[in-house]
Amino acid sequence: MIGDLKTRDLLLFAFVALLFVGTGIVQSWNVSLTILNMGLISAIMALGVNMQWGYAGLFNVGIMGFVALGGLGAVLVSMPPTGQAWADGGLRVLLGLVLGAATVVAAVLAWSRVTRFRGPVVVAILVIGFFIFRAVFDGGVAAVEAVDPASTGYLGGLGLPIILSWPVGGLLAAGAAWLIGKTALGLRSDYLAIATLGIAEIVIAILKHEDWMARGVKNVIGLPRPVPYEIDLQNSEAFVARMTAWGFDPVTASGITVKLGYTGLFVVVLAILLWLAQAALASPWGRMMRAIRDNEVAAEAMGKDVTRRHLQVFVLGSAVVGIAGAMMTTLDGQLTPGTYQPLRFTFLVWVMVIVGGSGNNWGAVLGGFLVWWLWVQVEPIGAALMQGITAGMPDGMWLKAHLLEAAAHMRLLTMGLILLLVLRFSPRGLIPER
Amino acid sequence: MSSPYEGRANKDASIVKQGTRSTLTPGTATGERTHTADAFLIGDSMTGGYGSGADILHDCTIAVEKGEIAVIVGPNGAGKSTGMKAVFGMLNLRKGAVRLDGEDITALTPQDRVAKGMAFVPQTSNIFTSMTVEENLEMGAFLRRDDISGTMAQVYDLFPILKDKRRQPAGELSGGQRQQVAVGRALMTQPTVLMLDEPTAGVSPIVMDELFDRIIEVARTGISILMVEQNARQALAIADKGYVLVQGRNAHTGTGKELLADPEVRRSFLGG
Amino acid sequence: MEPLNAFVTFANFVLIPATAYGSQLAIGALGVTLIYGILRFSNFAHGDTMAFGTMAVILCTWGLQSVGISFGPLPTALLALPVGIAVTALLLIVTDKTVYRFYRAKKAPPVTFVIASLGVMFVMNGLVRFIIGVDDQRFADGERFVISVRTFREMTGLDEGLAIRTSQAITVVVAVIVVAALFWFLNKTRTGKSMRAFSDNEDLALLSGINPERVVFITWLIVAGLATVAGTLYGLDKSFKPFTYFQLLLPIFAAAIVGGLGNPLGAIAGGFLIAFAEVTITYPLKKVLGYLLPESLEPDGLVQLLSTDYKFAVSFCILLIVLLFRPTGLFAGKSV
Repeated sequence: MIGDLKTRDLLLFAFVALLFVGTGIVQSWNVSLTILNMGLISAIMALGVNMQWGYAGLFNVGIMGFVALGGLGAVLVSMPPTGQAWADGGLRVLLGLVLGAATVVAAVLAWSRVTRFRGPVVVAILVIGFFIFRAVFDGGVAAVEAVDPASTGYLGGLGLPIILSWPVGGLLAAGAAWLIGKTALGLRSDYLAIATLGIAEIVIAILKHEDWMARGVKNVIGLPRPVPYEIDLQNSEAFVARMTAWGFDPVTASGITVKLGYTGLFVVVLAILLWLAQAALASPWGRMMRAIRDNEVAAEAMGKDVTRRHLQVFVLGSAVVGIAGAMMTTLDGQLTPGTYQPLRFTFLVWVMVIVGGSGNNWGAVLGGFLVWWLWVQVEPIGAALMQGITAGMPDGMWLKAHLLEAAAHMRLLTMGLILLLVLRFSPRGLIPER
Repeated sequence: MSSPYEGRANKDASIVKQGTRSTLTPGTATGERTHTADAFLIGDSMTGGYGSGADILHDCTIAVEKGEIAVIVGPNGAGKSTGMKAVFGMLNLRKGAVRLDGEDITALTPQDRVAKGMAFVPQTSNIFTSMTVEENLEMGAFLRRDDISGTMAQVYDLFPILKDKRRQPAGELSGGQRQQVAVGRALMTQPTVLMLDEPTAGVSPIVMDELFDRIIEVARTGISILMVEQNARQALAIADKGYVLVQGRNAHTGTGKELLADPEVRRSFLGG
Repeated sequence: MEPLNAFVTFANFVLIPATAYGSQLAIGALGVTLIYGILRFSNFAHGDTMAFGTMAVILCTWGLQSVGISFGPLPTALLALPVGIAVTALLLIVTDKTVYRFYRAKKAPPVTFVIASLGVMFVMNGLVRFIIGVDDQRFADGERFVISVRTFREMTGLDEGLAIRTSQAITVVVAVIVVAALFWFLNKTRTGKSMRAFSDNEDLALLSGINPERVVFITWLIVAGLATVAGTLYGLDKSFKPFTYFQLLLPIFAAAIVGGLGNPLGAIAGGFLIAFAEVTITYPLKKVLGYLLPESLEPDGLVQLLSTDYKFAVSFCILLIVLLFRPTGLFAGKSV
């Protein structure tokens, strides 16, 4: 797999590695590992988007939604179930959801089967269904949310190991992607961009609003971890003794050990996904996908079902993004719907893919690491720059205060400039498609 | 592929406007300028092709005198439209020259040629479908700063049906009427040369005869006409000069009558 | 059963706010649709262009206020509007010359422009945050109400009141002026017609001697005006917060697409459709129904069809329904 890389590409990866090592030496290894862990997750997100954009040329601007669905997966799998909530209204909520789904299915069936008064029939089904749904559902929700709202007030999860949530997050995202793709890719011309843009906002709205599901903006905190807690390590005599013997401060060492634990897990996931992605790209499926992209008309004439292939790759790519979303929530240890913002979770991933190289999996991974590193480090660099610029200004001058304060916003500007520069001078990205 | 984004997401109608993108690219004139003959408008010994691709025209000469009708005919793929586009400056000429009224215009862009008095009616997409007939004509006269109402009246005289439909969107008209709008738009620049790329493609025979009559009328006003035609027999019948192209080369040249009478031309192109 | 009171309540909480919001969306969508028609791509930086324009207006307003200039009962921001438009126009022209023109000259695939607009979006967003920060800014001054709830009650003697805020009245008036001016320009002037011609058929426009660079230049000027006006009206009506402006992108796109991208009339219709749907569906109709229905039938709940959190979902569902049945939008066929 690494054989696909050229010397230049390896040098680029070495350069990025150097950035992380440099961060470790100049700042601290704790900081460096923190950036690296998120970098790994970013690389996976970029990988997922690259499957959609790079292989098939699908423009997905709803990455944020799939990331958040992955995060929801983490909560649903790992948190302990809230017994009282299930007893009070859980089944009613589920029944409500089933009724809601049944309404939609009935409406769709009616649309395709009924021949006379089709419009009114469908509308009637939808309206009546909606009120039944609300009547059943709202009561259940109220009951669930009334259960100890300060700490639970939601149904909780399955209480399973959180690692399981990674594939589950992928599945959730894939399911949503299938629904979107089915509607947006089947139209006369594609409307995928606006569909994904909208659905991402809706996913976030649901996460924020549906408290019974994942506590909404009250956040779910204290998700179980796949790695030990720092405090446990610090209390473990064996750990402290070993670290002291190696000459490390046990407190610092515990933090680094935990982070390395995450790093190890993430590297494994990234390696597996990258291997799969590369294998898929080189397979007949991948070649067909690119053939469709390069000449849709010819592919269609040869009997390829373009829409179906697009749907396939869209679902797969979204699943990868969902996995990354679940991993991110695992790393954070909490689900905070309020923090999902399109600039950070959709458009930044786009910068990663374009900068890394559209159509090249290694490029996407490189872009993930590099852009994430920049995203984090531009702030201190910007602050230092502003310190330098304002050094000559007298203290208390409004401009000085303003510039120092505004340094925090340099990162968006920088990301935009990087995207524009790469698009202009190296449109194929750092590691071009081959 | 030229751009890494060529195959990606350009069919997504929510971010990219669908429909044909602009194809009009100015050509270049790199090679030697030839001068073998004179005419009011002449594409003299033109050799060249599109972009960096292979040559499509080989030493091909097309000319038209003032107030005359010149017709380019030939089998499919003979380079008829290409020859016309070369005269209009949309081809990379590796050899040859284009002169209008004695002036060398080989290096001018198509737009500059419009300003010099050449008008071009493309074969397809030759009207502004969402604009009214009158607006189409106004746009034809975009470069003019003088009063255009006289020219517009002439166009309406030539194509009376357009006057009735002048407030209708041109896209709602029939095929023949659309071609009239297209020709009318081109005439609004008050050109000295009118170039028509298969003006009768896709219209019924009756409409075709009608259109040819109008074209003769236009020529009588002193405008030179250069046109590419699929319907060789009818076109040569009204042509002062005919060019039969084969594989980008001049195969036969003569007056319309001569060519119609030439047994070889009859055998190979006119079906006996 | 008091239909009059019901209507007043409905007007106060749904009709008037939705009309104002719809006007703002419509002007925003007009900008998106013009760029789509002429430059052939959806401009993701439009929300941030609106934010930038509004910021310029706010800064100028503050300047005017600090030297003691005001506009009487009207907001000072209206005086600052021309300056804001000029500054925004300058920014857009510079952006076009440095970013988009290169790709035009290369005849790059249209999606390249979309990606470039993502970069521009980041830059503009950063610029706005850098200059004015991320906080809420209120800059409306002058008289707050045209009619306040109390005055209305005293005037009519009804139980329910109806308030028309100055910002809402101004929004509608300005929107009418802007739209009328734009349509006059596009349909009656030579330059406006040349823009429509260019949008309709680029090659033929070139053959007619229309200069594409000039058309693009004028387009950016108009877009600067539309974006600044839309942003300022929205800011006067609610408040200015860069992030909110970025989020307006979805309803604005939805409005433009529902109406049929590239069609100005569609953009306006789409803006109002989206605004009315959002406000109606997320407003608790209990009070309205309370006045309309006999007491026995009076609803217990709020009769709020969807929580306000789901207002994006409403725009989106409308969009989906329209696209399923009319894939080219409501007003397809007639472009800019």
